[in-house]
Amino acid sequence: MTATASSARPWDAERVARWLRDNTYHHSRFADLDRLVRLKREQGRTVSLCLPTLNEERTIGKEILLLRAELMQRHPLLDEIVVMDSGSTDHTREIAAEWGARVCLASEVLPGVESRRGKGENLWKALYQCEGDIIVYVDADIRNVHPRFAYALLGPLLERPDIEYVKAFYDRPIEVVPGVRTSGGGRVTELLVRPMFSLFVPELAALIQPLSGEYAARRSMLETLPFPIGYGVEVAHLLDIYHRRGLDALAQVDLDQRVHRNQPLDALGRMAFGILQVMFDRLHRYGHLAQRPPISSVMRQFSVHGEGGYQPVEYRLAEEERPPIITVPEYRARFGRPPPTPSEP
Amino acid sequence: MNSWDDLLAALPDLRAAALAIRDPLLSDVIALVETPAPTGHEEARADRLAARLTEAGADVGGVDEQRNVVAVLPGIEGARTLLVAAPLDALDIPDAQREVQLGRDELIGPFVGDNAIALAAMAALPTLLDRAQIRLRSNLLLIAAAGSLGRGNFAGLRHALASSRWTPALGWCLESVQLGRLNYAATGLVRGEIRCALPPDYDWAQYGASGTILPMADIIERMGRIPLSQRPLSTLVLGSIRGGISHSNIARETTLCFEARSESADELRRIRSAIEDIVEDAAARSGQQVSLDVAAWRDPGALDIGHPLVRRGRAILQALGISPMLYPTTSQLGALLDRGVPGITLGLTSGRRRSDLDEVDEAVSISALATGLTQLVAHLVAADLELTP
Repeated sequence: MTATASSARPWDAERVARWLRDNTYHHSRFADLDRLVRLKREQGRTVSLCLPTLNEERTIGKEILLLRAELMQRHPLLDEIVVMDSGSTDHTREIAAEWGARVCLASEVLPGVESRRGKGENLWKALYQCEGDIIVYVDADIRNVHPRFAYALLGPLLERPDIEYVKAFYDRPIEVVPGVRTSGGGRVTELLVRPMFSLFVPELAALIQPLSGEYAARRSMLETLPFPIGYGVEVAHLLDIYHRRGLDALAQVDLDQRVHRNQPLDALGRMAFGILQVMFDRLHRYGHLAQRPPISSVMRQFSVHGEGGYQPVEYRLAEEERPPIITVPEYRARFGRPPPTPSEP
Repeated sequence: MNSWDDLLAALPDLRAAALAIRDPLLSDVIALVETPAPTGHEEARADRLAARLTEAGADVGGVDEQRNVVAVLPGIEGARTLLVAAPLDALDIPDAQREVQLGRDELIGPFVGDNAIALAAMAALPTLLDRAQIRLRSNLLLIAAAGSLGRGNFAGLRHALASSRWTPALGWCLESVQLGRLNYAATGLVRGEIRCALPPDYDWAQYGASGTILPMADIIERMGRIPLSQRPLSTLVLGSIRGGISHSNIARETTLCFEARSESADELRRIRSAIEDIVEDAAARSGQQVSLDVAAWRDPGALDIGHPLVRRGRAILQALGISPMLYPTTSQLGALLDRGVPGITLGLTSGRRRSDLDEVDEAVSISALATGLTQLVAHLVAADLELTP
């Protein structure tokens, strides 16, 4: 990938509003599974579901059973379920095989390539193992898994050929005032990723949960993307696709609630570090750092209005600075200080 | 299929059909567990079940005013109607606890065994019969009955039977566990709540005031001394007690929930009378407001042990290598027998509490479920063709 001049488009409220309206869905839109199966057949597509795992014996069996029963047996939407395991030491692989998934140990895939550990590594190797034209990635630690976690991500890809990559978001939060709720992601998203996007790639801040582990994409796109092996893989995908194809190649789907393990703060710190590495790498590649664009003072978060209307909420957070107080004559007079010399800050 | 021996010879095929629908059935069990259905508020689960039965090809009459789901699989002749019923409601628990875990051969979760498997199995019957290439001569009436627990007193099933245009010739009540149970007798029961409350003029300043817990303790002690006959068998279960808010605050109200069971209606009346006497005496002695609220009353009833349903049940279980367990039940069978519908209760799989102290999570065997479903279909075919061992 070559570095180009900064290709991040400036914030265009109208364009982002249109994207929020046209490319943001609720899962209920895709609940007619027979229609999705028909679309898939008409397009001659095949679909693989990949579950990256590491010690998920508590949830993996149920996840495979539900997705297989509903989306392979009752409605033939998925062609295969592949578990890509990082080397679980519990019964994850045995249970996954028992319930009908094809189980791969990541370290044994592509043996000619030096093996590395990380979620991104698994997702990358899954491209080699899975056979589908469309790949759906779903995390394996979901406690309230439902078939919508897969079919709703497929919906936009089957309906619209212009969409390349579909991201999930969930946990529509509590109403703050009647009809309006704040919306957003987890701690790393809200404290790191969204502020960074707001600063450097403002349009991507419209993704409600850019780090969600559930997404679907076309193989033809995924096979051309580099995969950071760690936590930065999702952010890298978004930045790379955005710079190649723009916001319109992305879509997001509201999956309602998702219950999963809560990560401790130290783990989130490591995740944030990995994401920062990838972010700065991409900002450099795409020329954002070299061009040193003016630092934006607008932070954008999102709220939900009624059923499904997402609107940006802008906060002007200009971090203005006061000079050293010793430069203020009144201060010097009060404390008997001499004027600062030019070399002093 | 013309004879009992033909039926026994077909059992392996029936089992294969049951195994083939394993995954969709378990998927339904999980969905049902994760859909709350506390007694009196079963609508969400009823809607889900109605959709599933419609998808499976049954004629679903929707959800009735008692929140039952009633569906029919019309028979080739339709001269008779066979009934399969399962309870729709479950005890209420917080959503955070409503999680099912799937092991290699176990389904673990809140009330999986009581009674999500039975409900899902009932909903799977149209698919299972289709898979086994069985078309019954009789109509098959399927009722997911609301109001089966606690104060519900089988209100749903009673209503569905009273208002149905089909009169079942025979009925089977499904319970998730235990495989091998063959209940042909319904235990009579009285289910009630004793409430002890402070009177409006209670002297809060009185030193040594003890509130409502001590009088309730006295009631419990006296209930424990009510004689219970061994034959006919009678039992008294003190199921729950609640009252008070802290170490030191005087408890304003204490409630005891109990259930007395007996094979004899006379015994049941005697136990109820004894409890009423204790309550009245406690009210008089303590000066507190003590009341008895009878939430449910059921007369005992039973089929003759030689009834064809029972004989077939024993023979089918033995053919499947399972020892029949015959004992009276407090399941929905009582509502069938009250209505004059000959019926039995069957268990579909084996199960256990997740741990001795766990009152919510249950673990049930997945592999045994195929045997339970085989048993159920064999019953339906035998009754439909009037085959006898």
